[in-house]
Parts: sequence; structure tokens; C-alpha cells
Amino acid sequence: MTTHPILAALRKHKAGVVLIALQIALTLAIVCNAIFIIGQRIERVHRVTGIDESNLFLVTQQWVGAPDGDDAAGVAKLDNMQREDLAALRNLPDVASVAPINSLPLLNSSWNGAISLKPGSEMRKGGNTRTTFYFGDEQMLSTLGVRLVAGRAFTVADVQHRSMHDQTEPTVVIVTKPIADKLFPGGSAVGKAMYLDGSTVPTTIIGVIERLQVPGTGSWTNTFAYNATLEPLRIDANYSRYVVRAKPGRMEAAMKAMPSLLYKINPMRVLDDDSVKSFADIRAAAYRADVGMAILMGVVCLVLLGVTAAGIVGLTSFWVGQRHRQIGVRRALGARKIDILHYFQIENLMIAGAGALIGVALAVGLNAWLMKHFEMDRIPVVYVLVGLVALVALGQAAVFVPARRASNVSPIEATRAV
Amino acid sequence: MFTYYLELALRSFKRNKALTALMVLAIALGIGASMTTLTVLHVLSGDPLPGKSQTLFVPQLDPQNMENYRAGGEPPDQVTWIDGMNLLRSKRADHQVLMTAGTVAVQPSQSNLDPFYVDARYTTADFFGMFDVPLLFGHGWSAIDDDNKARVAVITRSLNDKLFGGKDSTGQMLQLGDSGLRIVGVLDRWRPNPHFYDLATGSYAESEDVFVPLTTARDLKLGRNGSMDCWGGHTEDHLETAPCTWLQLWVQLDSSDKAATYKQYLKHYSQEQMTLGRFVRPSNVRLRDLMGWLDYQSVVPSDVQLQTWLAFGFLLVCLVNTVGLMLAKFMRRAGELGVRRALGASKRSLFAQLLVESAVIGLGGGIGGLVLAFFGLWEVRQRPSSYATLAHLDMSMLLTTFLLALGASIVAGLLPAWRACQITPALQLKSN
Repeated sequence: MTTHPILAALRKHKAGVVLIALQIALTLAIVCNAIFIIGQRIERVHRVTGIDESNLFLVTQQWVGAPDGDDAAGVAKLDNMQREDLAALRNLPDVASVAPINSLPLLNSSWNGAISLKPGSEMRKGGNTRTTFYFGDEQMLSTLGVRLVAGRAFTVADVQHRSMHDQTEPTVVIVTKPIADKLFPGGSAVGKAMYLDGSTVPTTIIGVIERLQVPGTGSWTNTFAYNATLEPLRIDANYSRYVVRAKPGRMEAAMKAMPSLLYKINPMRVLDDDSVKSFADIRAAAYRADVGMAILMGVVCLVLLGVTAAGIVGLTSFWVGQRHRQIGVRRALGARKIDILHYFQIENLMIAGAGALIGVALAVGLNAWLMKHFEMDRIPVVYVLVGLVALVALGQAAVFVPARRASNVSPIEATRAV
Repeated sequence: MFTYYLELALRSFKRNKALTALMVLAIALGIGASMTTLTVLHVLSGDPLPGKSQTLFVPQLDPQNMENYRAGGEPPDQVTWIDGMNLLRSKRADHQVLMTAGTVAVQPSQSNLDPFYVDARYTTADFFGMFDVPLLFGHGWSAIDDDNKARVAVITRSLNDKLFGGKDSTGQMLQLGDSGLRIVGVLDRWRPNPHFYDLATGSYAESEDVFVPLTTARDLKLGRNGSMDCWGGHTEDHLETAPCTWLQLWVQLDSSDKAATYKQYLKHYSQEQMTLGRFVRPSNVRLRDLMGWLDYQSVVPSDVQLQTWLAFGFLLVCLVNTVGLMLAKFMRRAGELGVRRALGASKRSLFAQLLVESAVIGLGGGIGGLVLAFFGLWEVRQRPSSYATLAHLDMSMLLTTFLLALGASIVAGLLPAWRACQITPALQLKSN
């Protein structure tokens, strides 16, 4: 079939053709970018934390009437209270291991700083390696379930304790592989010295763990998402946090037992509804906004495609109705049903194809605009190409019903007056 | 004439039920989506203190050392204790307030309640008057209380309900950890949106439950939190002298002259501190008013803005769709329109008739869109975000919905109606 008669007919419906093409172009531009956003959010949500997330929960509690940790006696008392808690928690039958900790991945509460290979370097200057800090004791690694790839884990002898305000840097630390690779490219980091937060006293790396995400999930952490430094340290403050690994299948029981157990050890403390939190809840809370955005974008895309398909059906149906007589004439002159069907299909292919091509340009333009005003990356070509194919396919699917109705027009129509 | 056009429109809808339903539905979906997102945006970018916000300002100074200095950079958002206290005591503004956030453990006197933690604000006397805080019982505290580190507190209505069963609790004691504070006032419901005076504790956070004089809170070593920025060897131990910005300073300046004078004063203060050797950076001061401050801090989440753009893109597609369908519909009625023209109807009246028809579709779409917007906002409220509970449709947004729907559908009807009016009656009649 030649396309010449189709083009000639289209010229008679310029406005309608332009509108359908425009609608397809806009739909393509919006859907491509929306799906790209959905993809990015899903990718974010599926980032691994590096810890074994099952059977893990966090306990956060605050002391009431405890010393403020300004003097040595206060620090010692706070540390005693914390050790008492730890001992009791470790004795529970449902608990596999427990460690004091300052934060967890995805918790959005973090202590961050920088590492330098030179002593006393200014912390905020460029060239330093940014890192987050996790403080815990000898059971921190096993409780979190992170994988040690070089060196050794902390021992009881490594663990220090100090008040929150004390700025003394530790003598030994464990770092994640991204930090080790950045500081000592090509070599082993174990046994090497470096300086934390512009300190002049060196700290030795004794171990390297494969992966551990920082607590922050905001885009500001993107540059150091897996730069973590683990210090063998109990922080003595007016609150304490314990990360607990329950024995398989016993997490719910262990979580339920927590408040009453802690109150029994020492009633002078405050626990609230958020004090005992499973890691699954921490993860859900961290990514709630991303999941919500992805769902919303998905719904809008579906409805948008539905509206566009309905628009094509509506306009093509109208054209079929308008050309009833001409179709009848063509049929009477020997055109087969399939020819009529193809006529409308090819017509739609031309309109949708042209619209989709314009849509590709619009999609790239919209992406550039989004990159300028929002935190957005460049859209990969594959998204646009898939969008192009999808919209042309949508056009074909939508045109099928009215086109088939057209192909069923009887040749007798030619003889009838309208 | 209008009723006649209306009747014609209704007749035409009956002839093409599916097509009409499709147009109404498309407009309704577009309007529903854009009104939901626009309402959220409207609520989030609103003025927390209408009528007063233009008199409230945030003074910014740059007390940092030369490390990381960049000419023309922004000074820190907060102030140090020394600068805050100096500006507070100089009383150069009509009112001024210095504050920070904290958390306190409340120990109820009733034995059936466990101790619990609530958010607190450590602030100075002018807070209540400056921010038009409504008080249910009692009053705020005075500047003398600030100076004397008086053991007083103001609590919110919800905390008063919890602790004292909603009775006037002024004069009662509030036990915070080891210390007892006398309650002098109870706030009525108050939730400025955004939480403008301290965005670091959550842009749309609820107001704190306990208010304590800043000096008292420091004296009692009540736990503080919120953002803090230190430089040159950070020592959190002695925050009163530490090179750290951690306090929010707000001033009230009732006229633009006063604002200009105050900005001059800030410059002078900055230069004076340089001569004293405290400041090393060249004088760099800012004095933004409340709305300017919210804008500078970009409080409206970028996701919400993105959603609004997305929704309006969606509305645009729905409108293009409606234009296409309307065009098809009007052109199909070329015969009928030709007869009307031949019988003496002017192009103008034909045009009016078709516009009435599109306006009716717009009205239908508007009503549908409103229902969808109500549903959409209900859905937003079910979400756990901090601003979820604020998502309600107010009168102005309700009106906007209808105007948008009506305007959109009339605009959508313009081209098809104009095209349909170009029909030559003779040609149409002949072909029939």
C-alpha cells in the first residue's frame, strides 16, 4: 500500500492530526522522565547497607537524673550503667549478640568527619576523605553482620570509653573498603596510620570491612555513601543505644521483652514508642518518601497512557464514522477488509511515529530542565527509546478497535446516500 | 439564549455519551491531580504569620575564622552565644529573641504516668509577643526572669491536658529531671507552618511542648539539640564561649526604616568585633525577612515541587486530549451547524453556543476534579510525612479548582469552536 493517499487524507484533518501527535509527544516526554525518576528511586531503595538486616533491632533509651558526664566520676558512672545494660541484654536467651552503637545505616542521625594522611590538616579543606563514624565495642562487627575482608576485628582490650564532649581520637579503627582503597590505592591499609578530624595523633587501621553504609540517606551523603570508620568506643552520655541481634525467629519475643527488662535493671530511664525499633522499620522509614514518590509517578504514568489511548480511540472512531461512505466506496472497488484495517493502522503509525519523534526531543529537553532545577541525572538513551517504542505500540493497540470497525463497513454503504 | 445553548449542549452530550464521558473524565483527572499537588504546595509555602511576617527578620553575622573563606559567601544561619547575647542586650530592634531547641524529661507528679521526653524550646521573654503566640492561661515570662535565670516554664495545651487534665496549671510545678519549674503560662493550640523559627528541627515540625528561659536552661544544663556549626577546634564543652553557631536570633522591626537602620547597626557591630579581634572575616551581614528566609532556606521539599510540575504536565496532556476530542465532536456536527447558520444564526452566536458546551464539560470536569482532589488530599494525609496533616483544601483553593477547570475547558473549546464556525453553510447543506 502506498502512503500517498493516507498523507493526502491527513492533510484534510490537520488540526486533529497535530493534536494527537502533540498529545503523544507530551505523554512520551512526561512518561520517560517519570519512569526514569521511578527507576532512580527504586535503585536508591535497593542500595545495600552492608549489614545483615534480618533479626536486627535497635534500642534507644535516655537516662533520667544521670550525671551529665562533665567530670571523670560522672563518665565512670554512666559507663557502669551502660555496661550493666549490656551485660543484662547479652544474658537474654533470645539474644545472639549486643553492641553499644551511636547510629545505624539509614537512621539519619550521624557523626561525620574527615580522614587525612597528614597530621593536623584542616578538616574542611579539600583532599581529605569524608567519613561517618560508628562507635561500638568488640561485639559491633558480629552484631551488625558486616564482613571483615582484611586485618582483625576489635578485641575487648581495644575498647575505650569517653564522654560525648571528649575529642580524644582512638588509637585503632576499622574502615570500610572504599576508604581503604581511596587512602591506600593498590596497597593494604591494615597497619597503616592516618589522622582523624585534623588530629595530630595518628590512628592505626587494624581491619577493613567490605561494606557499611552511612546513616544519612539524603543526597548530601552521595559522595561518601559507603565511607565508614568504626571506632572501638563506648560513648557515655545522657542516652545510650544498643544494636541487638536476636536468635533466628526470636526477634519479636526479644523486642517485646526489652522495656520491662531495662526498667528492671534501672528504672531511672525513659523509653518511648520508638525506643525499640526493628531494622525493617528503620529501613521503611528512611525510604518512605522515595517509595511514595515512585508509586505516585507510576500511577500518573498509567493514567496518562490510558488517557492518551482513549484519546486515540475517540478521534480515530470519529474519523472512521466520517469516512464511512469513502470506506464503502473503496470496499466496493475491491479493497479487502485487511486493506482497510491496514489503512488506519498505517495512518496511526505515521501520526504516532511523528509524535513520538517530537516526544524524544521534548523528553530530553524536559530532562535538561529537571536537571537544572532539581537533583536529577541525565536520562539514559534507552529510557527514551523504550518510551518511543511503547507509545507507538500503544497507538497501534488503541487504533485496532476503531480500525476493525472500519474494516467491517459493508461495500453497500457506497450506494447509500448519507 | 444561554438556557437554549445549555439545552443544545445537553442534547449533544446525550448523542455522544461515551465521548462526553471521556472528555469530562480527562479534565477531572487532570484537575484532580493538579489541585491535589497545588494544595500541598500552597500549604507548604504559606505564610506562617500573615500580617506579621514582614516585620520579622533574621540577622546573620559571619564570626568564622579564615579557614574555607570565600568572598561573597553566605554567613552562617545561626549565631554564637556571645553575638546572640550582645544583640539581644543591645535592644536595637523593637523586639528580639534568642533561642535553641532541646529535649527534656518530664516526670509527672501522677504515679500512673511514666516519665517521658518532650521537645523543648529554650528562648527569651519576647518569644510569645513577637510570634503572636496565643495563651490559654497565664502569660509568658519577663526579661527580668531571663536575667535571673528564673525557674519558670510555659507548656502547651496538649501537655497541660496530659499532666493536669486541661485545668489551669499556672502556679503548679513542672518536674524536668532533677529540677522543678513553676508553670507561668499555658499555650493555646499553636502550630505555625512552616516551623519557621528553627527549620533545623524540622521544616514542618509541631511546636515544642515546653518553653523555658534560655538562661535557665543553660543553668540547669537541660539537654540541647538542633544544628550546630563549629570551627577552629570544636569544643562543645563551653558553648557560651565556643566558636560555634548554635542559636537562632530573630528581631522584630516594625518599619522598613527601622530595618535599614538595624542592618547598618549589624554592619557596625561586625566592624566593631573586627577591631576587637573577635571577627576576622570582612563584614558580611544579612537581614532577611521571614518569607525571604523561608525562600533562602528552600523549605518546600523539592519532591513536592516536582510532583506539582508533573501534575500540571498531566493536566496539559488531558487538555490537548480534550481539544482533540472536542474538535472531532464539533466537526462531526458540521451539518447541524450548517443548518443553523442557514437559518440565520450568526457566526458569533454559533461560537457562543459551542463555548457554552465546552464550559459545561469543564464544569463537569471541575466537579469530578474536586472529588478527586478531596480523595487525593485524603491520600496525602494518610502518608507519614511531617506535613501530611496539613493537607486540606481551603476556600481559595476550592475556588481556584473551579476557575482552573472552567478556564481550561473554555480554552480547550476555543480552537474547535472557531474551526466549526468556519463552515460554509451552503457547502454543508449541499453535501447533505
